[in-house]
Amino acid sequence: MPLILSSGIALGLVITLHTRSEMIKFGTSALIPEVQCRSFFIEIGPLVTALLIAGRVGAGMGASLAEMRATEQIDAIEALSVDSFKLLVVPRIAACVLALPLLTMFMDFCGVLSGFLLEHFLSHLSLQLYIARALRGVEWSSFIPPTAKTAVFGFIIGTVSCFFGYTTNQGAEGVRRAATNSVVVSSLLVILADVLLVKLIFILFPETAV
Amino acid sequence: MSNANIPAVALDRVSKAFGEKQVLRDVSLSVAERETICILGRSGTGKSVTLKLIIALIKPDAGHIWVGGEDITQLEGLPLSRVRRQMGFLFQNAALFDFLTVYDNLALPLRRLTRRSDQEIAEIIDRVLCQVGLSGDRQKMPVELSGGMKKRAGLARALVLEPQILLVDEPSSGLDRITASEIDDLLLEQKRRTTMIIVTHDVHGARRIADRFAVLDRGELAALGKPQDLEEHENETVRKLVTEA
Repeated sequence: MPLILSSGIALGLVITLHTRSEMIKFGTSALIPEVQCRSFFIEIGPLVTALLIAGRVGAGMGASLAEMRATEQIDAIEALSVDSFKLLVVPRIAACVLALPLLTMFMDFCGVLSGFLLEHFLSHLSLQLYIARALRGVEWSSFIPPTAKTAVFGFIIGTVSCFFGYTTNQGAEGVRRAATNSVVVSSLLVILADVLLVKLIFILFPETAV
Repeated sequence: MSNANIPAVALDRVSKAFGEKQVLRDVSLSVAERETICILGRSGTGKSVTLKLIIALIKPDAGHIWVGGEDITQLEGLPLSRVRRQMGFLFQNAALFDFLTVYDNLALPLRRLTRRSDQEIAEIIDRVLCQVGLSGDRQKMPVELSGGMKKRAGLARALVLEPQILLVDEPSSGLDRITASEIDDLLLEQKRRTTMIIVTHDVHGARRIADRFAVLDRGELAALGKPQDLEEHENETVRKLVTEA
């Protein structure tokens, strides 16, 4: 949560700072809240949250499972006739699938809030007017599908991290390798999946492509 | 063949290699019910691998392993799980689940594999922890335990399902002589009711516990017999391992 909070606020400030000077130049400053809101809902929130979780949670899951393998804890679970896959892997993947959309919404909220605070500080825009302008061009189809796609990102992060952690057999070196591979591979797959899912969203919700 | 004649565990010409390294070669061994056998051997001769083969954590490249009359090399899934439930395994480093307390380490198999109530589970765990001398440590995390306490907790977890066969990997490794002796005492208590296969380097402890010694040398079964019978064995490695103080 602190990672998402701080990243959301920082990104919200950066996006506003970048866009407002250009938009003021073209006389479209009234669109700043909408641009902020759409950019976070559609792409920045989902993708940045997934990459942050891949780095933080993916590495942690990969390393913790690899350590359990190295210290024979997974063997001990199997020796007790308990299915280690169901006990260790399934809940982790399920947690990632459920947590990603929630964390994405939190990231969206932080990004839009920090954008408002900066706008309020610089141009004394009221909260009511900011919200009205922000949500003017935002439809459910701009929010639900991009947020829902993070469940797929969660599945990728959970599956990839658990795979590298669960299947390692190289002791302490395996722990390091599992952590690194979890981050690198899950981040890469999240970005590739994003391309496909954006295309899929355009097909299923044509209005978002306009 | 009647049940009385079926060995608790039998290895039949078992071989196992990891890559180029041949760890076990044509090992055959039979352990009778309620017998205690200690497997001795130099480091890297396949002692721990033998235990993991018996509980099917790894599969042999060749040969068969019979547990209670069932060939576990042919089993998968639920049938394998059913056979494993007859066995308890004390790992070399205890392998306690580091995210659970001692109590929950013991409760895990009871909750997952039995339909006992929470109260029944608590009673069983209290009894087993009392047996191994850890009554006051049930809420401790594994990281808070000493080496000897970890071994005791690992033994308690191995015993919590009342296994008919107990596999023990290096019960005294990393422990001082007195603590190792206390672990040996706990194993001696089990001797009357459980078949035990113990891998150890501690000949002193092994002599107290074992009915027979099995000596592995370079992946082969070099000797099998009562400790006193092996003292004059023709193989020098066997003599050294069996008589080492």
